[in-house]
Amino acid sequence: MNRRISNLFVVMTVALLALIAMTTYWQVWARGSLEARQANVRLVYRDLAIDRGSIATSDGVVLAQSKAGTLDGRTIYTREYPEGGLAAQLVGYSSLLAGRSGLERTLDPELTGSTGDLSGMQNAFDRMKGDTVRGDDVILRLSAAGQQEAMDQLEGLQARGSVVVLDPSTGGILVMASTPTYNPNTGLEQALSNPASPLLNRATQGLYPPGSTFKVVTAASALDNEAVTVDQEFPGPDCIEADGQELCNFRGRAYGPHDFGYALVHSINTTFAQVGMTLGQQKLEATMKAFGFFRRFPWDYPPEQSLPSGIFNRQGNLVPFDTPVDVARLAIGQERLLATPLQMAEVATAVANGGQIIEPQPVQEVRAPDGSVVRRPQPVYLGRAMTTETAATLRELMKQVVDDGTGSAANVEGLDVAGKTGTAETGRNGKNDAWFIGFAPAEAPRYAFAVLVENTDGTGGDVAAPIAASVLRALTGPSS
Amino acid sequence: MSVIRGYVDLPSRNRELGLIALALVITTAGFAAVQIARAQEFSSAPLIAALLFAFAYLVAHAVVRAALPDADPYVLPITAVLTALGLIEIYRISPQLARDQGIWMLLGLALFVGVVIAFREIRRLEELKYTCGAVAVGLLLLTIVLGTSVNGARLWIRVGGLQIQPGEFAKILLVVFLAGYLRERREVLAAPTRRVLGVGIPALRHTLPLLLLCGISLVLLVAMNDLGTSLLFFAIALAMIYVATGRLLYVGAGLGVFAIGALGAVQLTSHVQSRIDGWLNPWAVEQTSGYQIAQSIYTIADGGVLGAGFGRGLILNSAGGTIIPFAQTDFIFSVIANELGLVGAIALVLLYLLLAWRGFRIATAADDGFSKLLAAGLATAVAFQVFVIVGGVIRLLPLTGLTLPFVSYGGSSVTANFAIAGLLLCVSQRANRVRPL
Repeated sequence: MNRRISNLFVVMTVALLALIAMTTYWQVWARGSLEARQANVRLVYRDLAIDRGSIATSDGVVLAQSKAGTLDGRTIYTREYPEGGLAAQLVGYSSLLAGRSGLERTLDPELTGSTGDLSGMQNAFDRMKGDTVRGDDVILRLSAAGQQEAMDQLEGLQARGSVVVLDPSTGGILVMASTPTYNPNTGLEQALSNPASPLLNRATQGLYPPGSTFKVVTAASALDNEAVTVDQEFPGPDCIEADGQELCNFRGRAYGPHDFGYALVHSINTTFAQVGMTLGQQKLEATMKAFGFFRRFPWDYPPEQSLPSGIFNRQGNLVPFDTPVDVARLAIGQERLLATPLQMAEVATAVANGGQIIEPQPVQEVRAPDGSVVRRPQPVYLGRAMTTETAATLRELMKQVVDDGTGSAANVEGLDVAGKTGTAETGRNGKNDAWFIGFAPAEAPRYAFAVLVENTDGTGGDVAAPIAASVLRALTGPSS
Repeated sequence: MSVIRGYVDLPSRNRELGLIALALVITTAGFAAVQIARAQEFSSAPLIAALLFAFAYLVAHAVVRAALPDADPYVLPITAVLTALGLIEIYRISPQLARDQGIWMLLGLALFVGVVIAFREIRRLEELKYTCGAVAVGLLLLTIVLGTSVNGARLWIRVGGLQIQPGEFAKILLVVFLAGYLRERREVLAAPTRRVLGVGIPALRHTLPLLLLCGISLVLLVAMNDLGTSLLFFAIALAMIYVATGRLLYVGAGLGVFAIGALGAVQLTSHVQSRIDGWLNPWAVEQTSGYQIAQSIYTIADGGVLGAGFGRGLILNSAGGTIIPFAQTDFIFSVIANELGLVGAIALVLLYLLLAWRGFRIATAADDGFSKLLAAGLATAVAFQVFVIVGGVIRLLPLTGLTLPFVSYGGSSVTANFAIAGLLLCVSQRANRVRPL
């Protein structure tokens, strides 16, 4: 019987050694590939070990910060957004459920201290030792006062819309508001399924017909290409024929003889359609390209959250450059031309800047946990959209728009505001997308902006221009 | 004077005492390591636990020294290290659970002492073989009738506030019955009287009890909805029949019957079916039926070669529960592999191998058939149970709900395993006794 007992022991030994072999496989060979699996919840917990840096506005309001808690005897950090929906789309979220979006995504390497440089390597070493890694803090260019005012104004109208304010000298994003908003602390799950799309950053993902605000681009192109001069006379009828169809002024108004400058101040469609036909599609589109249309702005933001502006076909796709279009209607901002509020703020910025296009810059500086400055982005110029002379001419005309044209509601006491209204008919029950773009102070601009209100009864001058005035007041007010 | 020398001058017992001391050093160090890693949460409880543990083992040792002076010196220290490892990891998961486990360990050692005193003359047990068999079957039937279902398998009965897993005790009684029955009938089973198609077949009256047993195991498989327990019972029975008769034909026939039964069960019950799916491709059902096994493998892999260290792995989730459901029972091996790494996991498996080796060694040293079969059966029970449950959590086999002997949380499991240790020591005492000349 002993022989058989020995055999049985051999069988049991083989079985137990098989356990050792399989365990070795998991802990040595398969370890790397298992760690990389997205469904591995342990990855999420590893991220929670990082004390993610905070995100604050330039005037010191914290928008995102880490909150310490414990998990299985170790310290973990979860994300908290003290201001709720104030700048929810720009800042984005960092969530176990939904992943990351907005600046929380693009600034992730700095916020988690996992950049490729020396300090990132030090952090990687700390992480291996099991020490807590403290990420860098980010201070945005954003003004909490301006942002709050923009949100209050849009929410006061119970409107969907957006306000973008840039600093023309740095490209700094001073305001980027989008309504409706959501609370990233508690409302993320609902927001994902809300038909009003609160997660959508309307400043960069909302595409709207720019209407008459686009006349600034047409004027820049026509003046630079000498297709027109400022004091060139136009007849000013109520309607003209373009591309076989009637094209009329806003509310069918006839103006009588006037010069080109007057046509911009009073937004005369017939004159701009004529100028557009003289200028030609090729030259106008070349200027649009210089303004940033037809491509995504190259800025520090997730690509799918920042859409290019341009001409779209009926299927909703951006048409290739040079596809034949009705240039008369393109010149007045129609013809399935769609633009984001950010793009139109860039148009205003170019005029304010003497013709230069500048990259939108969300970040003022990145600070290491010890307070030292890690990065302070410098302005990035993306080329010239018009000559300095043309920019000066447009500045003068846009000033007149506010002084005694369609944008008088944008007047702010003690501040020279220059602007251009836009009222794009949506084709739904007489509703409009109301625009106002511009900059201030006119002579030495510190703010360049675009305001958009979706689906409203009013015009750009009635609805959007007053919002611009309020936000400018908040930005220049005593609290700033 | 001679009584004193007879109690003190015992080489086996002194070796056992030295090894227990070593186990106590490991226990204290382990508790201290968890305490240091998790200082903000825990109190002085582990020190008290370590002292109680030491006291209980020293009492058990003293009883063995008096009752079984020549018994195997390795079995008890091995159980000490295994029990301590389990206690430490359960304490790390939840101090509350560890308190329960500590009480069960004390009950287990009390049962061990009882077995050692009652069966120091092991042949006494042989007379109880039919009683044991009847009680085993009774316990199993009771489980099927009164059992409550936990996680799909019907393994527990509720007595007062306690949940008891009768299968753990039935397993031992079954081994006792088989050892006695097979010793009595092994000649007739090994030397068949009739031949059918050239194959020797023993008389039906000799094989009937065995066939009945196989039948009951298969019924259990379906009724208790548990592949693991029935696989274990079957394996023990086949191993003991093989040791008794040396006829591989019986083993082959038994395996064939079991395979057919298992296939039928897979077809019939969704519980077994989902376990099989989770085994074949856990990644496809990672969020549903494969969740446990996937989390188990992530946890094991996360440990790497050296592990995170006692108390330093990531075992609990944000709600305070375990990331792997049932980590303290079925998946305790995964927790240990995470915190102690491959090194610790190998050491643990080798401890079981060592325990199995002592069991089979005791079997070969024994001088009567009943003792041999009993020791071999018990050693097989422990080793095969380790194979099935660890194989399940590392995806070598389909996952089944067995406990890891001495280590998993659970009163029935801990006490039953201490009874096995006691029986092995009793067998070895008879074999190693210094015979009067």
